[in-house]
Amino acid sequence: MERGVVLLDFWPSMFGMRTRIALAEKEIKYEYREEDLRNKSDLLLQMNPVHKKIPVLIHNGKPVCESLNQVQYIDEVWNDRAPLLPANTYKRANARFWADFVDKKIYDLGSKIWRTKGEEQEAAKKEFIDCLKLLEGELGDNHYFGGKDFGYVDVALVPFYCWFYAYEQCGNFSIEAECPKLIAWAKRCMQKESVAKSLADQEKIYEFVLHLKKVFGIE
Amino acid sequence: MAVVKLLGAWLSPYCCRVIWALKLKAIPYEYIEEDLSVKSPLLLQCNPVYKRVPVLIHDGKPISESTVILRYIEEIWPQNPLLPSDPYEKAVALFWIKFADDKSPSISKLYRTDGEEQQQAAKECSEMLEIIEEHGLIEGKKFLGGDEINMVDIAFCSVAHWLGVIEEFAGLKILEPHKFPKLSSWIQNFKSVPVIKENLPDSDKMVALLKRRREMLLASKSN
Repeated sequence: MERGVVLLDFWPSMFGMRTRIALAEKEIKYEYREEDLRNKSDLLLQMNPVHKKIPVLIHNGKPVCESLNQVQYIDEVWNDRAPLLPANTYKRANARFWADFVDKKIYDLGSKIWRTKGEEQEAAKKEFIDCLKLLEGELGDNHYFGGKDFGYVDVALVPFYCWFYAYEQCGNFSIEAECPKLIAWAKRCMQKESVAKSLADQEKIYEFVLHLKKVFGIE
Repeated sequence: MAVVKLLGAWLSPYCCRVIWALKLKAIPYEYIEEDLSVKSPLLLQCNPVYKRVPVLIHDGKPISESTVILRYIEEIWPQNPLLPSDPYEKAVALFWIKFADDKSPSISKLYRTDGEEQQQAAKECSEMLEIIEEHGLIEGKKFLGGDEINMVDIAFCSVAHWLGVIEEFAGLKILEPHKFPKLSSWIQNFKSVPVIKENLPDSDKMVALLKRRREMLLASKSN
């Protein structure tokens, strides 16, 4: 197995985007390998036998699975530049808490918005906005969730921004109207090269969602 | 000396995780039992997002979510380490801790449901156990953490204790020793560790409370 860094990923995955951003922040050279999830590579199955999912970060032949785990690993190994987690222990716990909140809530609610209709979709939209408002509260008047500097929670959340357009189209609502501060934060993040280069194009994500809806027979 | 308080509920495996970590590191703390049917103003103030236990309060500052608390305890009190120091080994441990967090709720579903839903929960539980048996436990090692108990063992506490209690009163048999020899061995090793053995919720009390909860849940479902 080669040395160096390899990322097994799938272009629309918000989880893969987190790892891409972390690698870019630290200016780490790596090999990006696109997986066909309908035909998973032997390498993916070998490196993540438990979940068989992307992203998988392979460093010197050894796999690290789970996106937030990968971000923490990258931050720890390449600790001489662009720190993502705060130095202060209590602030670090707070960052982990909010990244975990994003993990617990945002993906499932976002999925429900494009997969469902009627009452179920309305309930998902409401809860989704409530969660974004909680995040806005945590952001406060800071530039980033990390304070002055882009950090761990920013990395955890910002990939969902490229999926917002698809959620809005499918759910017929405007996220910016409800959460202007959060959208302002996302646009601020997009000015960073590491973020702009790592996120997928929102129109392409929407096309992808429409394709998935066809495949799953969702109107 | 800094003050450590823990808001908890005796039945909760997530609270036990924190208690064991504090005791393994010999950290003195004040324990406050929460009545989850009438949550205290302190709990609501300290954990406004989830409004649940455990909450650790250190120097007046609250930390919520058991895994976040465990990582905090590990960093503030590094004695008797519960995570590997090598970044890769730590990443592997954190993978399993996340797996435990994601999959453990299927255990409580076993007492909260009946019929098809319960069968589905039993299937999910079984799949989780198969994965731990095949991928998580290393032949010849007493614990998930290797030769010593660590945060991964603590994270799987629901498998070690709660599953057995629920199986017995729900009349289910998922964790069969002949199907899961390594896991069965691990459970014995885990529950033999003095700090764990002396701080496990009483099985009979658990059965009584879980039975009552199950009756209430199923009754309110059929209404």
